[in-house]
Amino acid sequence: MTNLIYNPEIIRKQFPILKSRVNDRPLIYLDNAATTQKPQCVIDQIVTYYTEVNANVHRGNHYLSSLATEMLENSRSYIKTYLNAAHSHEIIFTRGTTESINLISNVFGEARLQPGDSVLITEMEHHSNLVPWQMKSTVHGARLKVAPINEEGELMMDELAGMLTDDVKILAITHVSNTLGTINPVKEIVSLAHEKGIPVLIDGAQAIPHMKVDVQDLDCDFYCFSGHKVYGPTGIGILYAKEKWLEELPPYQGGGEMIESVSFEKTTFNVAPFKFEAGTPNIEGGIVLAEALKFIDAAGISLVGLHEKALTDYATTKLLQTKGMRIIGRAKEKTGVISFLVDGYHPGDIGILLDKMGVAVRVGNHCTEPLMRKFNIPGTVRASFACYNTFSDVDIFIEALNKTLQMLR
Amino acid sequence: MLFDDWMDRYDYLIEQGKNLKALDPLLKTEDILIKGCQSKVWLHASVNEEKKVIFEADSDAVITKGMIALLIRVFSNQKPEDIEKADINFLNEIGLKEQLSPTRSNGLHAMVRQMKIYALAFQSKLNNLQS
Repeated sequence: MTNLIYNPEIIRKQFPILKSRVNDRPLIYLDNAATTQKPQCVIDQIVTYYTEVNANVHRGNHYLSSLATEMLENSRSYIKTYLNAAHSHEIIFTRGTTESINLISNVFGEARLQPGDSVLITEMEHHSNLVPWQMKSTVHGARLKVAPINEEGELMMDELAGMLTDDVKILAITHVSNTLGTINPVKEIVSLAHEKGIPVLIDGAQAIPHMKVDVQDLDCDFYCFSGHKVYGPTGIGILYAKEKWLEELPPYQGGGEMIESVSFEKTTFNVAPFKFEAGTPNIEGGIVLAEALKFIDAAGISLVGLHEKALTDYATTKLLQTKGMRIIGRAKEKTGVISFLVDGYHPGDIGILLDKMGVAVRVGNHCTEPLMRKFNIPGTVRASFACYNTFSDVDIFIEALNKTLQMLR
Repeated sequence: MLFDDWMDRYDYLIEQGKNLKALDPLLKTEDILIKGCQSKVWLHASVNEEKKVIFEADSDAVITKGMIALLIRVFSNQKPEDIEKADINFLNEIGLKEQLSPTRSNGLHAMVRQMKIYALAFQSKLNNLQS
């Protein structure tokens, strides 16, 4: 089973937290879709930043301020290259995917949404790519339209294409479902939407940790992701916005950094990306995010994706040997996410007992309540894999699950 | 051994949950539902002839149901003022620390809070009848 090129055991050694014991058992961390653990290089750089660099950016003229500014802007430039964006000013630092989406729903809503317009989303969206659009639609008199998925948890492409009508001003869609693991054919979807002149925002929170993303190839208008889901710190995220939008869209929040000149009568705004980055940014997070991406790039993102796929296939086969096992989300194209239920058992009970055995999974509706309602289930148990998980992790998880079901029987 | 400890504890909770007297399905209405992210709890309260509060409950998750069974054993069939005044420190001593987090909306604290609210409501109702 060991991949000759990709060795998760070596990768694993770089994550100090994975040596922990939980409830007197070795930690088996399978809640990676919620957040990933951090490698030593990321932890070290956080410490280095605060021990050697810390100063405010973009305005000081002293040594440390210049150093911090240079490091933050180098990080922006690295992220631009990582995503293959055309320009560095298309990369906007945010608090995370949620803030990236809120930023666009606010400024796009203000610039473009009129009564009678629609925003198109899909049935598999995380609440963070649903609620902001619902809130802004209400404010501007627009409505939310929802493209359906099938029983396997895949988008129904014909229906989606049919819903790209004149009233739709923007399509907001997830790249990968956090609950189902489904990988959506976003490149094809962007092309369909653009044929109708509809811009597309992609929620990439669950894609970035598992695959190479090229925003120019996708041709999307906006792409969002969070640092903490890709081995980086919490409280930092990215909004990629295609250059053509940077002028048209108004600023998001007001404050320092985002202005060019201020008087009591009138304020003129800074250029992008600063126009969208009011206040002191998360400097440490911004700098360290590049380090996290460098880590995953060095490990080889496509190898990571293949490894996670192998773990998912292995775990799925093993899980299906359990009587009453029901896997929610059986898309042909999926990442390392397995949502499941066992007939006659409540997911909450399973989660509590797995935790007692040192296995961390997520239980609940995964911030996708409408999706749970569609499948008519109370929630699921979700195991999700990352670069450092091993086949042995899967074995221990399955053994703990069997023990759990035995206790609940 | 620690391992046996927690297993015994949860085995006991599961057993308590399974043995909890079923709540009349007609009573399982939306207004007595304590909603949580992970499981649902229905908590019904009434007053008997002795003016004592009778709690009945159900949950879709068996461990949660076991925890309610424990609480019912402590709080049901007690006078409202005693329920209100009850010291709940015993919760810290029964070794279910992870179930006590105040952020768990279906945790033991939430259920106790709801029981105390019912007791308070019954007490003011009984006081009004007397005055």
